Amino acid sequence: MYTFDIKTPSSLKKAAKAVKKNDDAIVLGGGQTLIPTLKQRLAAPALLVSLSRLDELKGIRDEGDELVIGAGTTHAEVAADGTIPALSGLAAGIGDPAVRNRGTIGGSLANNDPSACYPAAALGLCATIVTHKREISADDFFTGLFETALKDGEIITEVRFPKPQAAGYAKFDQPASRFALVGVFVSRCNGDVRVAVTGASEEGVFRWADAEAALAEGFSPGALDGLTMSAGGMIGDVHGSPEYRAHLVGVMTRRAVAAAQ
Amino acid sequence: MPADGGIGASNKRREDVRFLTGRGRYTDDINLNGQAHAYFLRSNVAHGVLKNVDTAEAGTMPGVIRIFTGADFEGVGGLPCGWQVTDKHGAPMQEPAHPVLAQGKVRHVGDPIAVVVAESLNQARDAAEAIEVDIDELPAVVDMKAAVADGAPKVHDDLTSNLCYDWGFVEENKAAVDEAFGKAAHVTSLELVNNRLVANAMEPRVAIGDYDPTSGESTLYTTSQNPHVIRLLMGAFVLGIPEHKLRVVAPDVGGGFGSKIFHYAEEAFCTFAAKALVRPVKWTAQRSESFITDAHGRDHVTKIELALDGDNNFTAIRTETYANMGAYLSTFAPSVPTWLHGTLMAGNYKTPLIYVNVKAVFTNTVAVDAYRGAGRPEATFQLERVIDKAADELGVDPVALRRQNFITEFPYATPVALEYDTGDYVATMDKLEEIADLAGFEKRLAESKARGKLRGLGVNCYIEACGIAPSSLVGQLGARAGLYESATVRVNATGGIVVMTGSHSHGQGHETSFPQVVADMIGIDPSMVEIVHGDTANTPMGMGTYGSRSLAVGGSAMVRATEKIIAKAKKIAAHLMEAAEGDIELKDGQFSVAGTDKAVAWGDVTLAAYVPHNYPLEEVEPGLEETAFYDPNNFTFPAGAYACEVEVDPDTGKVEVMSFAAADDFGNIVNPMIVDGQVHGGIGQGIGQALLEQAVYDENGQLVTGSYMDYAMPRADDLPSYKVDHSCQTPCTHNPLGVKGCGEAGAIGSPPALVNAVVDALRRAGHEVTHIDMPLSPSRVWAAMQG
Repeated sequence: MYTFDIKTPSSLKKAAKAVKKNDDAIVLGGGQTLIPTLKQRLAAPALLVSLSRLDELKGIRDEGDELVIGAGTTHAEVAADGTIPALSGLAAGIGDPAVRNRGTIGGSLANNDPSACYPAAALGLCATIVTHKREISADDFFTGLFETALKDGEIITEVRFPKPQAAGYAKFDQPASRFALVGVFVSRCNGDVRVAVTGASEEGVFRWADAEAALAEGFSPGALDGLTMSAGGMIGDVHGSPEYRAHLVGVMTRRAVAAAQ
Repeated sequence: MPADGGIGASNKRREDVRFLTGRGRYTDDINLNGQAHAYFLRSNVAHGVLKNVDTAEAGTMPGVIRIFTGADFEGVGGLPCGWQVTDKHGAPMQEPAHPVLAQGKVRHVGDPIAVVVAESLNQARDAAEAIEVDIDELPAVVDMKAAVADGAPKVHDDLTSNLCYDWGFVEENKAAVDEAFGKAAHVTSLELVNNRLVANAMEPRVAIGDYDPTSGESTLYTTSQNPHVIRLLMGAFVLGIPEHKLRVVAPDVGGGFGSKIFHYAEEAFCTFAAKALVRPVKWTAQRSESFITDAHGRDHVTKIELALDGDNNFTAIRTETYANMGAYLSTFAPSVPTWLHGTLMAGNYKTPLIYVNVKAVFTNTVAVDAYRGAGRPEATFQLERVIDKAADELGVDPVALRRQNFITEFPYATPVALEYDTGDYVATMDKLEEIADLAGFEKRLAESKARGKLRGLGVNCYIEACGIAPSSLVGQLGARAGLYESATVRVNATGGIVVMTGSHSHGQGHETSFPQVVADMIGIDPSMVEIVHGDTANTPMGMGTYGSRSLAVGGSAMVRATEKIIAKAKKIAAHLMEAAEGDIELKDGQFSVAGTDKAVAWGDVTLAAYVPHNYPLEEVEPGLEETAFYDPNNFTFPAGAYACEVEVDPDTGKVEVMSFAAADDFGNIVNPMIVDGQVHGGIGQGIGQALLEQAVYDENGQLVTGSYMDYAMPRADDLPSYKVDHSCQTPCTHNPLGVKGCGEAGAIGSPPALVNAVVDALRRAGHEVTHIDMPLSPSRVWAAMQG
């Protein structure tokens, strides 16, 4: 690590102020990506602003039509919640127990790793990402690999998930990291059908419009018969060719639909 | 299980108390007063001319004590290679220099260019980033066949090419082998890759150098499987320190798997720098550093051909292998694809004619050397794969084809220089069929099919050669070391025993199993025996632990030393009981006079040895301490039969290991539970190789799988529960314990079972697949199913 200062403010307001004051500040959530990055000297922030003491960012609220999850809520807490089974199941499959007990939903969404699971849930459920300044629809939030609509110093405070009539998530593990080689989140929510795919595309999480159209006609795996994903724009690496990933998008979409509840 | 805790008892591992409670003492746990920290600046390009290393600014940075570069090591010896292979024309292999720090060129990503020694590790790292390195990058050679093509860039400018050696074995048999292929009724050929692996011991490598200016003695604390070998290699060939001024300590070591046999630059550096600075110098590898500096394993590309007659008898085997050496010759690298691989090509079968060709190749990659099994897994894999392919081509049962060709009479002289002393391959196959319930496979196949899964069965045999020996033979084969082992048995006055062994335990459980042997011989409780290992200052010169040699060779030395102890103790006992020495019997820790009720206890005799008031001083010296060196007269030959069942997901290509059964013949067994554990671990590593692990370099020589984000290690949920049986026992005929060695069997025997099973599953489902290269990742299996 390079040397850095760290602040652990006691309120969101103070945290936002600390970040705003320092151009080289980085917000520290659960640290499951940032800390390894620092250890490898791949980032050199002057200041880390830790959100660890901000109780106002923690916890899960059931607001009737919506499940509201504080940005500082850990994957383990989401996994234990169960209100939206597909979402809790997704959280239970992230990393290992140590990661799940430290990593937070806000940190994961802000990082927007192209192989992370949460972006698929946020996009697949049309979640609203709430920051200390505004609300951003998931459709507008994910802008590219490790890129989001967040502005410098903008802190996610909570994520609002509409409760779906049915939702399912199917993840195919990358053999080494066990991030998603391909992960597909499907949902049916107030007549809206969504299919969000993570892990596969060179541009990060995306919606598979053809599958959504087919599933809107009938929300069952059979509705996807004959539908294939193009390999164009898919990631190719030692773990799978673009063709393999494109194939898996189809397989995982069918499995997600089959598992939806 | 014997009630006395001696040979044959599954005593719990006494070392686990400290390992499982976090009280192990590993090298990184050692911190010496005043120690400085070393950070290695390493090449980030695979090949280039090192034009300039400017340390001027870095040298002024806070905390920096000194920066070392290649210039500091001019005139210092390079890292030696411990084995010289002679090529098929009778010429010695090409043997390049291996400097401690790069001189003139960098040859792989990770090649050390400079070392900053500073007060803190962070300061050393800061300064290393300020060193200006000027490298003229050269094209890298990564692919072995491209490396030996005309006009390929040379890894070492002073060698004639990138070919280390072109080895033929047995060269005199080549014409006869070719003739047999001409006459064959059927020939099966198969081209395959034995994938490159990173050992990934849980404990990364560590080295701490220390120097005492008052005595002139250097000490190296290091993560080694063989501290005496490091002392000899580093002292004699690199730094010019005689053994009596050099102590090497390898305390608790967290896994080696071969990668900690070798002498590494960091060991020599820390020892050298400690003397230069008169301060302890410590280096601990980061995990990412381990990936690009620890010797890798395997990395063979092979074409194997099997000739059969009209009755399906094997008549000849012919192989051509390219073996990657990496950029430099690691300590025992040349021996792995030759004497540890070519000699195993007979396997468990009476094939009369065998010819093995191996081309060892330099590339711009990290050095490749022995990794759990070392050569023997590569031999087993190709042989057991080609047999399965032959069975398929001939439409015969693969198990029946194996049985038909088994060696059944022992001793058996193979056409590749080994003499198997004993074995019973029919018995292990019978046992396998029983414990794996091969008869029930069709039922399980149907169950899998009902669940939409493709089930497959893979069966194979293996043989390994352990306890490489005798020294006189291996010397003729090019080894620059002896391969004996040593033990000193020190009996204390009150009867307790300390055994100082040249073997080294880094997961094998010697501290538990070795006392069982000594205790059994004397008839005392194993808790009265303690094992000391890992420190050249208090153990006799020994060659360390690798090649499943510890019990067969080190244990035999311990038996010999204990026999001397007992012989002397009987003399003392005879004196105490005023009886003839020849009438003395030792049983259950009691010396008695045959045919009488006279007896003295073990403790009475040991006390007399150290308090010799009533003692035969004219016959024997006081004290009770003996040393023995044991040099075996042959290898040992464990063998077995393995079976694996897999399910392949037809939609994704993902392989699930449903069951794995191993029937091994390890000869006599000292601690069955430890043997189970060794086999479990070995199979785990074999499944890792077969399904998950692979070191991948890109065309520029960058290691693509250089972290756990991309290098897939096996995890608990990748592995099934194993059925392990070692009740088939044909004791080794030439060592006093009748033991054979069990450390590598699992890793040797399991990869072909996995691949055979997956190929079987796909073929049963109608896919025209004859082979898939390891690792059988989901994407590869899926691609194979696409045709």
